[in-house]
Amino acid sequence: MRIGLDVGSTTIKCVVLGDDGQIVYQAYERHFSQITQKITEFLQKIQKDILKGETAQLTVSGSAGMGIAQTCNLPFVQEVYATRIATSKRIPDTDVIIELGGEDAKILFLSGGLEVRMNGSCAGGTGAFIDQMATLLHFSPDEMNEQAKQYEKIYTIASRCGVFAKSDIQPLLNQGARKSDISASIFAAVANQTIAGLAQGRKISGKVLYLGGPLTFLSELRKAFDIALQTTGLCPDESLYFVAIGAALCSENEFSIDLDEALRNIAGYGSKAAFLHIPPLFESQEEYEKFQARHAASKAPTGDLSTYKGPVFLGIDAGSTTVKAVLIGEDGCILDSVYRSNSGNPVPIVREYLLDLLGKYPHLAIASSAVTGYGEELLKNAFGIDFGLVETMAHFTAAKRFLPDVDFVIDIGGQDMKCFKIRNGAIDNIFLNEACSSGCGSFLQTFANTLGYDIAEFAKLGLFAKRPVDLGSRCTVFMNSSVKQAQKDGATTEDISAGLSVSVVKNAIYKVIRAASPEELGRRIVVQGGTFLNDAVLRVFEQEMGVEVIRPDISGLMGAYGAAIYAKERAGASSSLISLDELKNFKHEVKVTSCGLCSNHCRLTVNIFGGNRRFIGGNRCEKPVTRRSGNDSQLDMYTYKLEKLLSYTPVPGTRGKIGFPMGLNFYELLPFWHTFFTKLGFEVILSPLSSRELYIQGQSTIPSDTVCFPAKLMHGHVLALLQKGVDTIFYPCMSYNFDEGLGDNHYNCPVVAYYPEVIAANTPDLKGKTFIHEYVGIHRRKDFPGKIQAILEPYFGTIPLSEIRHASDAAYGEYEAYLSGIRAKGDQMIQQARQEGKPIIVLSGRPYHLDPEINHGINKLITSLGAAVISEDVLSHKVQRFRTTVLNQWTYHARLYAAAKYIGNQPDMNLVQLVSFGCGVDAITTDEVRSILEQNGKIYTQIKIDEITNLGAVKIRLRSLFAALEQ
Amino acid sequence: MAELKFNKNGRLLFTKEMKREYTILCPMMLPIHFELFVNVFRNCGYKVELLTNDGPNIVQEGLKYVHNDTCYPALLVIGQFMDALHSGKYDLDRTALIITQTGGGCRASNYIHLLRKALHKAGMDHIPVISLNLSGLESNPGFHLSLSIIRKMAAAMVYGDMLMLLHNQTKPYETTSGSSQALVDTWTQRLSQQFNENKGMTLKEEEQNLREIVRDFAKLSIHKTRKVKVGIVGEIYVKYAAFANNHLEDFLAEQGCEVNVPGLMNFLLFKVDNRLEDIRLYGGSRIKFAVVQKLFAYLTKIQDLFCHILETEGNGKFEIPGSYAHIKKLVRGVIGYGNKMGEGWLLTAEMLELAESGYENIVCAQPFGCLPNHICGKGMVHKIKAVNPKSNIVPIDYDPSATKVNQENRIKLMLAVARENLAQSE
Repeated sequence: MRIGLDVGSTTIKCVVLGDDGQIVYQAYERHFSQITQKITEFLQKIQKDILKGETAQLTVSGSAGMGIAQTCNLPFVQEVYATRIATSKRIPDTDVIIELGGEDAKILFLSGGLEVRMNGSCAGGTGAFIDQMATLLHFSPDEMNEQAKQYEKIYTIASRCGVFAKSDIQPLLNQGARKSDISASIFAAVANQTIAGLAQGRKISGKVLYLGGPLTFLSELRKAFDIALQTTGLCPDESLYFVAIGAALCSENEFSIDLDEALRNIAGYGSKAAFLHIPPLFESQEEYEKFQARHAASKAPTGDLSTYKGPVFLGIDAGSTTVKAVLIGEDGCILDSVYRSNSGNPVPIVREYLLDLLGKYPHLAIASSAVTGYGEELLKNAFGIDFGLVETMAHFTAAKRFLPDVDFVIDIGGQDMKCFKIRNGAIDNIFLNEACSSGCGSFLQTFANTLGYDIAEFAKLGLFAKRPVDLGSRCTVFMNSSVKQAQKDGATTEDISAGLSVSVVKNAIYKVIRAASPEELGRRIVVQGGTFLNDAVLRVFEQEMGVEVIRPDISGLMGAYGAAIYAKERAGASSSLISLDELKNFKHEVKVTSCGLCSNHCRLTVNIFGGNRRFIGGNRCEKPVTRRSGNDSQLDMYTYKLEKLLSYTPVPGTRGKIGFPMGLNFYELLPFWHTFFTKLGFEVILSPLSSRELYIQGQSTIPSDTVCFPAKLMHGHVLALLQKGVDTIFYPCMSYNFDEGLGDNHYNCPVVAYYPEVIAANTPDLKGKTFIHEYVGIHRRKDFPGKIQAILEPYFGTIPLSEIRHASDAAYGEYEAYLSGIRAKGDQMIQQARQEGKPIIVLSGRPYHLDPEINHGINKLITSLGAAVISEDVLSHKVQRFRTTVLNQWTYHARLYAAAKYIGNQPDMNLVQLVSFGCGVDAITTDEVRSILEQNGKIYTQIKIDEITNLGAVKIRLRSLFAALEQ
Repeated sequence: MAELKFNKNGRLLFTKEMKREYTILCPMMLPIHFELFVNVFRNCGYKVELLTNDGPNIVQEGLKYVHNDTCYPALLVIGQFMDALHSGKYDLDRTALIITQTGGGCRASNYIHLLRKALHKAGMDHIPVISLNLSGLESNPGFHLSLSIIRKMAAAMVYGDMLMLLHNQTKPYETTSGSSQALVDTWTQRLSQQFNENKGMTLKEEEQNLREIVRDFAKLSIHKTRKVKVGIVGEIYVKYAAFANNHLEDFLAEQGCEVNVPGLMNFLLFKVDNRLEDIRLYGGSRIKFAVVQKLFAYLTKIQDLFCHILETEGNGKFEIPGSYAHIKKLVRGVIGYGNKMGEGWLLTAEMLELAESGYENIVCAQPFGCLPNHICGKGMVHKIKAVNPKSNIVPIDYDPSATKVNQENRIKLMLAVARENLAQSE
């Protein structure tokens, strides 16, 4: 007989094949990382119950099996390979296999040229991802599957990365979207991500096989794949066991090992303990007690609500995973508080709390109320709460009560991390976590759950761990693998618990805040947020910072406490909070709709409450709320520039049509190229503005899933042109851009420069079409006509040089005119903003950040907050070339530095930098822009954007910035 | 003690006094080559020390002092420097650092600035940093890349390439384990000795040495078996530096593969040729063109010699790498010659050349988020497969938190396909 063992990231599958190749025995179990024990159990059982004295050969497979096989000297076969072997025996006419595992996703093309694809190092969309999302919805994966059956609507959710997906899902939950819709959307996202990320342009058709745990157990996930592939895939009976079967089948060749020998080898496997570790958090119980005593001293004043007389003030913090409320009296004493998990919807929790409170104390007079956090707007509208304030302000207000001269506040909550410095009594520098720097509280919780603990219990384990694992600090996907590796090397659960706490802290200090030395952050520190209730995290933080910090006893309630103080400070004559009667008859209805008032097509959730109160969530601007567009678009350079570019319309000509994919460099150089080709008699056709649909269309031809979103969009643009019937497309490679004299060189970034090569190499639809993507140098005006003539010749025959010269002169002229037009308009906007007393935000990034699909309407969000938006190219020419501390070698980036420099002495201007996720160049520019700004006492604000953006987080940043400016 | 002098932009200079007093620390990338390079500099009067510190603290130091989204090589190079500076082994008032700067449009040209930022963060502003580049980017009174140094460096590079190539091709088959490494060590010593005596750097001496090296390796007793042949290409640092790629070569050797890592020569030729291509594509000075062409011709001559000797002295035992002209021709029509940032079209070309010469199984190694490799690496896999259907390429990303398990699992998948192909071709 032959045995196949498939040891995956979360489960073990085992198969015994009889001599006729039929399955004699199969078993499937979660291993909770106790891998060797489980293997031994399985094998002993097989030996006893199945083999009964017969001999058998064994082969191991699976991602977690690799290490075991190596150390225990067992034969190993790679799992994708094993799948193939099994398929070729069982279902030989299969064309494509899609297999999802705990942490891997694979596609195998069997017919028409064998190809195997496996997800790279950065990819969600796997079993672990689905588990994570289910946890977020407070479901088991099976419950999520049941929910998904009743969906009505699919939302777009990024599944490339769990962090991104969370930031898509959380706002949906907070806005009251239906969980069934979200569940189905998650499955759809996984299907799209897998197909796009792995098929990379190759068509999936014919007989498709679904394998692996998630696809076996989740019928709705299979449906999502069926819909995305427009086919009906087959999920065979043994779909879980294909890897194991393949391994068993491999047991017939020379690699296999006898079962008895295997058991001996496994028994001899001891932990090597070769993992990296750091010193224990506490050496002794005594040390821990001293630590506890010190922190127990940071207490908020409290009072007794039953004996209290006078007005009370309510503060609510509707965080991403929890709802907190605090009631304070006139003396600032906390009279009552509540801390609850929000289960996705804060409204019923707050209602319940208020009903309970007013039921117990019918004469309680709530004089004023304030709300902060993710659910701010929703709750404010639902309950008629008096004030809303941005989280950072709430936390700062509360922190001052504990440490009046506090100079640094760090709050690590469930989903997000907020830290800020305080300078001269005002919030100065705000750091929020972004994708790829996730590790917050919910991360610890998810981990605790997967290991079978609740979070409090799990955290305690770490306190006296002998050898806390050093896990590094990146995203949760990587962390899973690091933990697995540490476990393999013999780390205990205690060591891992402590290690995870360390990684949360290191992530905060070195990734989010990016401090080189703890001293940078200040010495008067208040820590708060639910995650700091974890003593291990607190201890590591103090050790890493080398300073004793204040953790208020109400660490988890600080936002609500701050809101209550804020409410008290601003209390008016009476509160607008709804009455007890209204609370009793409270109604909450949710409708989902799409806004059609502009091209952003925001997905709106309309919340309708009793008493004509309603709240619209998901909008970027005020249009759907007020039903009219504000007149602020006049002070929005992004809108102006986009309109200006769209005014370059096709002019029919003698030489036929030529298409430009409207992305990347064309957002800057369109005036140039449009004029050049129009003058030559070409009718210039632009691809339509980017949209979700356009992106998805091209998604399957993207070869590198970590490239920036603006580049990925180009695939869709080229396809859109082809669909329009444009057979000639011009998209030049350009190492160099115009030299604006601001930097040491004038390169384009490698992606902008060479992306046409990627399009050419990966777009099958371009076959038979003309795709002009030669290397062009517009930076050498004198050489340009001759060079471009030679480039165009093979496609269009010889175009007389005189004609080209004429077109070229016009093109250079038009580009100049375009630039000066932008500058003049910008100056005019600045002047008008100043007359109206509006703050000016220099929203800077790259020219292609004008694309509304890329900037997600952030410009509109800013104008809706009452500021004017201008772009960096309005200011950059006003600055003389100056010395930067980095090599200033990219044209667009030089503009950034110059704009940052310029606003140094402009009190009413502030800079907000848009950074595309995956933009390697911005790793350099962001630090430089920050330091230029800080030299002049300016606040640096950065917004990271990707195919999806969490506008809620963006709003926090912007509002914090405005709040800081007000102070 | 040398006085700290700054240029008009406030950059700390490496002065002539420093040349006498200071120890220059050089980061590690390719052990054989860099050992020889360091000896060239010593021979020219610089006190240079090649850093050999390794281990997890390098990554920690890097994470601490470099923006974490910056590419992995920057993090490691700077991490290695910081680790060394913090080790207490060096007199920080008499230490300088040297780092290469390509001047291309990739982030790599900024490493030196990131290094200075790191030094500033660590309160070590007084440590001068020397830029090693061929673009005239930053000059220092105490450091001059004379033509003679360039020539000697070229010689060292050729020796390094030859030793690496021969070692890779003999080690998997040697009958006495360790014999080829021993030969590499002997020759590294011999060559260093020659450099100290100001020898081994003329074309004639090079020819002599190369002949002897090839003869020595040809004499090694080997037993040829059919093995899976794997080529390694990628971003230059991650491709070569073992602690950047989790000891990829050792792993592949353990898996029973013969490994081919293309040498530095073509990269240097590529960087020189880029200047010519720039002028061809966009126009430019004819004089500059002529001067660069001279250098290009000189390097080509060395490469020709290299291949010629390998052919005449190798008794057909060794696979001869494709000449620059050849691989440039291979890539025509696949990707443009203007693609010059990072490894540019050369990376694509190397994959094509490897596949053509029997190393169709390829690991394309790059730092996570490497910008040029989105295009010339991962972006070209599809097309390479169309040109050469046998090619079996796996792109692997490296960064501080990518785990070895995941990387090795993907490489093993590539190897499983490779083994099957090998079995089928029998």
